Amino acid sequence: MEELSELKLKVLDLLKEDARRSPALLSTLLGVEEEEVKTSIAELERDHVIVKYATVVNWGKVEDEKVTALIEVQITPERGRGFEGIAERIYLFPQVKSVYLMSGAYDLLVEVEGGNLREVANFVSEKLSPIDSVLSTKTNFILKKYKQDGIIFEERQEDNRLLISP
Amino acid sequence: MILNEQQLAENNRKSMSSYLAPRVRDIQPSGIRKFFDLVSGNKDIITLGVGEPDFVTPWHVREACVYSLERGFTGYTSNAGMPELREAIAEYLNDSFHVTYNPANEIIVTVGGSEAIDLALRALIVPGDEILIPEPCYISYSPIASIGGGVPVGIETTAEHHFKLTAEALEAQITPKSKILILCYPSNPTGAIMTYEDWLPIAEVVEKHDLIVISDEIYAELTYEGKHVSFASMPGMMDRTILVSGFSKAFAMTGWRMGYVCAHSDLIAAMLKIHQYTVMCAPAMGQVAALEALRNGMGEKDRMVESYNQRRRLVVQGLREIGLDCHEPQGAFYAFPSIKGTGLGSEEFAQRLLTEAKVAAVPGTAFGLGGEGFIRCSYATSIAQLNEALERMGNFVGKIK
Repeated sequence: MEELSELKLKVLDLLKEDARRSPALLSTLLGVEEEEVKTSIAELERDHVIVKYATVVNWGKVEDEKVTALIEVQITPERGRGFEGIAERIYLFPQVKSVYLMSGAYDLLVEVEGGNLREVANFVSEKLSPIDSVLSTKTNFILKKYKQDGIIFEERQEDNRLLISP
Repeated sequence: MILNEQQLAENNRKSMSSYLAPRVRDIQPSGIRKFFDLVSGNKDIITLGVGEPDFVTPWHVREACVYSLERGFTGYTSNAGMPELREAIAEYLNDSFHVTYNPANEIIVTVGGSEAIDLALRALIVPGDEILIPEPCYISYSPIASIGGGVPVGIETTAEHHFKLTAEALEAQITPKSKILILCYPSNPTGAIMTYEDWLPIAEVVEKHDLIVISDEIYAELTYEGKHVSFASMPGMMDRTILVSGFSKAFAMTGWRMGYVCAHSDLIAAMLKIHQYTVMCAPAMGQVAALEALRNGMGEKDRMVESYNQRRRLVVQGLREIGLDCHEPQGAFYAFPSIKGTGLGSEEFAQRLLTEAKVAAVPGTAFGLGGEGFIRCSYATSIAQLNEALERMGNFVGKIK
């Protein structure tokens, strides 16, 4: 893993808050030339440090709400490849939103999204559990998201400072 | 009917103002107050008039206070403040600004930096003493000096010298009655800072004329170019300096009213007498929060400072693009652009900016000498709001030029 320059770290911080910030705005905020910002972003994209510019959606606000489950998976690692091969077999399914290798009582934490409970349950019983090296699964459905990726979903209080103060 | 009788009674009440002490009665309401009343009635305003952080106090600090309340920590603390807090303040000042104070007898935790300034002035002023105040500056110094029986003497600082205090300007106002110099760098409202080299000649004048200095360093952490230099850290200035600071700006804790004052033990002992007979001690729950801020809040503080610095660049560039001269503010969270090119005075400009462009900024005249021709724009507000405010200001300036 390479150590990022201070500029790149600051660019990442600002883009994480709002990915639509333009290189021109970033260059003003950071006090560097716009070209430098553009080069940094290009390098971060090239090196897959910046993977994608996605939108954080509060699906709880949407009528046909999706169902998300966090599934704890215990597996037997494969000789020579450890967990990599199995993790890949799992994350290639499009309904799998994230996969983490964990320390502790289980090995993989798998986030699965479906249109309803049955879809998720079917995925677990038909796709996930039958994999040879999967020893056990434990499915936890998410009931409500309060905060994701550092972003609080609840609408926050407005600025309640005095309009003018010394 | 009852209401009417009440109103009648109100109308028949005699004026009580003849009982007031003239030194209080004669204090003029601040220019900020006048402007506040104007702003309050207006809708859809973007305000650049706020003199406090736009961050809420970090959660770990609020949580520490809540926890202490749950545990029933609701009594008095020692007059000077909790010993652990004074020790933490001493350690912080030593680490960050290289000034060493004994937490046992050289530090008082106060109700905001404002109380600290009041304590210092009341402890020192003999009626008739002249109090030297570089201006434009924070609006409270001169009224507090007057209430204490002193005679405030403004020293004009100028954009030409980046609103720094110069030895010549200081020397020019000194008389045999001069006793106290009040400093506030980084400066509200100008954003000016003073470097070691800037301070050296000031320290000489202070020494030569045997002045006492009250150094309000509340914005110390918000220094963007180089590192803040405390006046107390200048050679020979330790004993002559009363250092005032607090948690409001650096840790986003304005409403908590947590400040402190550090000085020679003789001076602190005198200030502690006033403090113990007037407020007893700073609020206990605020002290717990302040201690948490010092122990675990440095990372969050650094992130907030970086964020102000980014917005500082945005606003200064934006104001210059609009065509307003703006010296580079190097501290605090204010830009202080000149509006002289528009042909309007500060108050007229600010009023028209408010009514015609729906942007609130404070006219420079509210901050004393040298403020005419400038407005104070606080950039402690969101990037989106700043961009919108700059656009509105641009249209407004384009229209009147």
